[in-house]
Order: sequence, then structure tokens, then C-alpha cells
Amino acid sequence: MSATTALAPLTGRRRTTDKVMRGVLAVATLIALIPLVLVIYYLLKKGLGAWSWDFFTTDPTGNFLGDQGGVKSALLGTIEMVLLASLIAIPIGWGVGLYLVEFGRKGRFAATVRYFVDVMTGVPSIVFGLFVYVTLVLGGWGGSSFAGWKGSVALALLMLPVVTRSAEVVLLLVPDGLREAALALGTPRWRVTMKVVLPTALPGLITGSLLAVARAAGETAPLLFTATIVNGTTFNLGDRMNSLPVQIFTDVGSPNDQLVQRAWGAALALVCLILLTTLVARLASRRSRLS
Amino acid sequence: LFRATLMTLAALILALIAFFFVYLINKAQPALSHQGFFSFLFTNDWNPSKEVFGAWPLVVGTLITAAIALVIGVPIAVATALFITELAPRRVRQPLVVLVELLAAVPSVVYGLWGIFVLIPKLKPASQWFADTFDFLPFVGGNVAGPNYFIAGLILAIMILPIVSAISREVISTVPPDLKEASLALGATRWEMIRMAVLPYSRAGITGAAMLGLGRAIGETIAVTLVIGNSPTIGKQIFDQGYTLAAVIANEFGEAANDKVHAGALFAAGLVLFVLTLLINAAARGLVRRAENKGTKVKAVPGGTVA
Repeated sequence: MSATTALAPLTGRRRTTDKVMRGVLAVATLIALIPLVLVIYYLLKKGLGAWSWDFFTTDPTGNFLGDQGGVKSALLGTIEMVLLASLIAIPIGWGVGLYLVEFGRKGRFAATVRYFVDVMTGVPSIVFGLFVYVTLVLGGWGGSSFAGWKGSVALALLMLPVVTRSAEVVLLLVPDGLREAALALGTPRWRVTMKVVLPTALPGLITGSLLAVARAAGETAPLLFTATIVNGTTFNLGDRMNSLPVQIFTDVGSPNDQLVQRAWGAALALVCLILLTTLVARLASRRSRLS
Repeated sequence: LFRATLMTLAALILALIAFFFVYLINKAQPALSHQGFFSFLFTNDWNPSKEVFGAWPLVVGTLITAAIALVIGVPIAVATALFITELAPRRVRQPLVVLVELLAAVPSVVYGLWGIFVLIPKLKPASQWFADTFDFLPFVGGNVAGPNYFIAGLILAIMILPIVSAISREVISTVPPDLKEASLALGATRWEMIRMAVLPYSRAGITGAAMLGLGRAIGETIAVTLVIGNSPTIGKQIFDQGYTLAAVIANEFGEAANDKVHAGALFAAGLVLFVLTLLINAAARGLVRRAENKGTKVKAVPGGTVA
């Protein structure tokens, strides 16, 4: 290895290489941030123009010509489906995380689960959508084909590994001293877990889960096959349900300028929603006593 | 009992993956028996109206766009990781981390929207100039299509950047300070320290990070669907239109709903994606994990927590 050969004296050439390479790394970092700036700039420039009171309070009309309406149903649909998805994914994810940390630090089974959870984070979102499509939608579960709750299931599958993984990381940070102290007082294991470990780790658990929620909120592919798209607002999760990402995807593909305009507005709304969730997530972790 | 409940939940995850696999195979069966497995993968003819499902153009499109994404995205991601961990002043580190991770907060469909209405028109003249000037290179030259492989690859590069950068950062931060200090003490410049101490030590982990990026790039659907042109042929150059496995599923599932063979072909495409990403991720996770365990202590990997 080159480390064993002596370095040449600190000549101008080595100095220059150092400067140049440091510069290259700094410039590359700047380049990495260019798309972020550009995306935000265009979102604001084109999206803000689409925003108005009506934009958020009317449903898409679906008219061929004329007034196209707003994104009310899409916004509400996204919120409803993401909430239900969280209700499914977060308890399971925390449960698995608890198992891995409290009972499965060693052992084959836990190692296998851990490995597959990791691998599952890399499964493309469209595959989850496809899976729910072939099982629940084609299977006609619950009487209907496409339904909001099926979209939630797809999103939950997507969130599950992310929630599990982040829960595991946070739970590992809970000091063993706390567990041992509680156990030494004669507390049964499950009470230690519920009354000591969980409360200590809670802010961190919430942060990780909210980040997963933010990720799910922006997903299009799983919803395309499961909840599809409709115009009207519905609070019945058994019906087809609109969502912001799918609405944007559909509008983008249309040749109507008004719809494209709406897509920019909806995109801005979606990004704001996601950033807001992320922000809340970060604030939650501020309150954590673990680091 | 408590333990058993939690264990069941964990087992559920394994069962889910197995179930996925079996179900997709089962549903892909009509197409695979219609077309034959190898013929499905390697025939260059995708024509649903004639019931011909040769997915080769889609496979090629997926690989080309992913390759472009890696070539552009990985060096930049690793450079940002190095800059943030080794060079940047302490005060700007955290803000830089947050900014890079914000890239991951932008949804796929928004990148697609931006790609269609901003990137494609703005980059077209530049791409055309590049194609004309460098047409002696392989796969460059000829007319630039609006949506094309390159644009899709570029958008993918942006999308994989945060995760590759985050994991590279994790891996780089496990390089023992002793090594770095020793090389500095021997009179190495900062860059020489990076090249001789940091990079060799974290090479396996960075490779793993790049592979995770590859997995992302292969499976990304919506942004690619919007900017690749969706033409089921193999383009002759990187500025031609193409198609990918994920995009074909998103586009054709509606019309395929009533056609068992066509739907089966899409499920088969999904299956190929699933297996491909599973293998890539399994290998990548192994690499990253080993790289991190090599460090002083076993560090927790916040795998996909952000991206």
C-alpha cells in the first residue's frame, strides 16, 4: 500500500494538489445543492401563482374544458390515507423494533429479521403497490376494487421497514443501566419495556416515524394502483380516493395548461406538507434526552 | 407472552416477503408461460396489442438510466460526504447535512414535474450541442429527443444523492481518528490524508452505499415515467427515448387490467424488479454492515430513516 512509501517533501506540487482537490470537493458539494435550489425556486415561482382560496376549497371538476377546480379532495385524501397507513405501520414497526432490541440482540432469527428489514427498505415502492393491487384490489376485498384503505396498506408496507429500522436505532440508545435498574426492582420484562424503555425512547421513536410518514406522503406509485383517482372528496376509506401525488401525476400528463398550473400548485402544497412533517419530526427529537 | 407477541410481529415481516414472492410469481405465470421466461427477459419486442412481451428494451432502459445516475450521482455524493465530514468548518456541517437530506424530501412526482417542464426544455440546446460536438464518442450523436435516457439518469442521480451521501458519511465517520491523525502527523496534506487513510478504509462501505443508490435508481418509477419518453425500443444513444421496467408497470397497468397475459407480463416485470433490488440491497447491506463493524464499535446504521 502506498502508505508504506515515504511521502515526498512538501513541494509546491503536493500543496497544489491538496488545494485543487479540496476545491473540487467543495464545488461538488455546491453542485449537489443546485437542484435543491432550482426545484424550490420553480415550485415557488410556478406554484404560488396557482394558490388561491378556491384552490384549496374546491374539488377537481374533471370538466374537459373550462374551470378545472382545485385540489381539496386530493389534499384530504392524502391526509386520510397517510393517517391510516401510520396507524397500521407504526405499532407494528415499533413492536418489531422492540423485539429486535429487547429480546433479539443475539440469535439467528433476530439477525434474519434485521437483515430483511434492511433489504425491504430498498424494495421499490411500485412493487408494494403492485403487490397490494394483485392481492387486495384484484381479489376484490371488502366488496370494492380500488379503495382508500388499500392505498393505506400499500403505504404502510412502504413505511414499515423505515419505522422499524429507526425504532431499533433509537431503542438501542436507551441505556442498559435503566433496564437493569428496573429489572432489579423485580419488575417483569414487559413492564420494563412498556414503562421504562418506551417512554425514554418516545421522542426519538416519534421522530423516526414522522420521517417515514413524510416519505409515504410523497409516494405516487403505490397509490396509482390501489386508491387511483377520483374528483370528489370522500371520507369513506372504502371508496376510491384522490391523493396529491396521483393528482399531480395525472395533471402533468394532460395537455391542458390549467391542469399543469394546478400540478405546480399541488406540488408546492405537497412539498410544504412534507417539510412541515419533517420539521415537527426534528422538533420532537430536540426534546429527546438521548443523543 | 409479551415476547411471543413481539416475535410474531417480527416473523410477520419475513412471512410478508415470502408471500410477496410467491404471489407475484403466481400472478406472473400467465405471461411467463405464454412467452417463456428467457424469451420474456431477452426478446427485444414489447408489443402488448400483439400479445408479444419481450422485456429486453425495458431491462436495457432500466440499466442505462441507472448507470447514468451512478456515474453522475455517486462521485458527487461521495465528494459531499468527504467535504462534510473532513473539510467543512464545524459550524456549517449540520446545515449542509440538512440541506442534502432535503433533496430526499422532494417527492418523486415533483422531480418528474420539474424534469418535464424545466429540465427538458432548458437542457435540450446544451444536450444537442454536446451530441453534435462529441458525436465521435460511442452512444452520443444524432438528434436529441425531448425526454431521454440522459434526463432520466440525471434526475435519478439527484434522487439517489441523499442516500448515497448519508451512508458514505456514516461509513467515513467510522474511520478511526488514529489513522487520520497518524497520516497528518507524518506530514500528509488533508487531501493525502483522505486519499491514503480515509478512502482505502471506507472503500467497501462506499461501494455498498453506491449499490444502495443503484437499487433506488432501478426501482424509481414516477419521475422516470415522466421524463423517459416511454417508447419500448432500445435507443441508439443516450439522448434517445426509452422505457424502464418500473415505468411500463405504471403506464400500462390500467389497460392491462382485463387481459390476464398483459397483466401477467407487468407482474413479471415487477418480479424482475423485486428480485433485482432484493439481490442488490442484500449485497449492499452486507458490505455497509461489514464496513461499519470494522470501526471501533458496532454503530447503528440509520438505513433508510431519511431517504
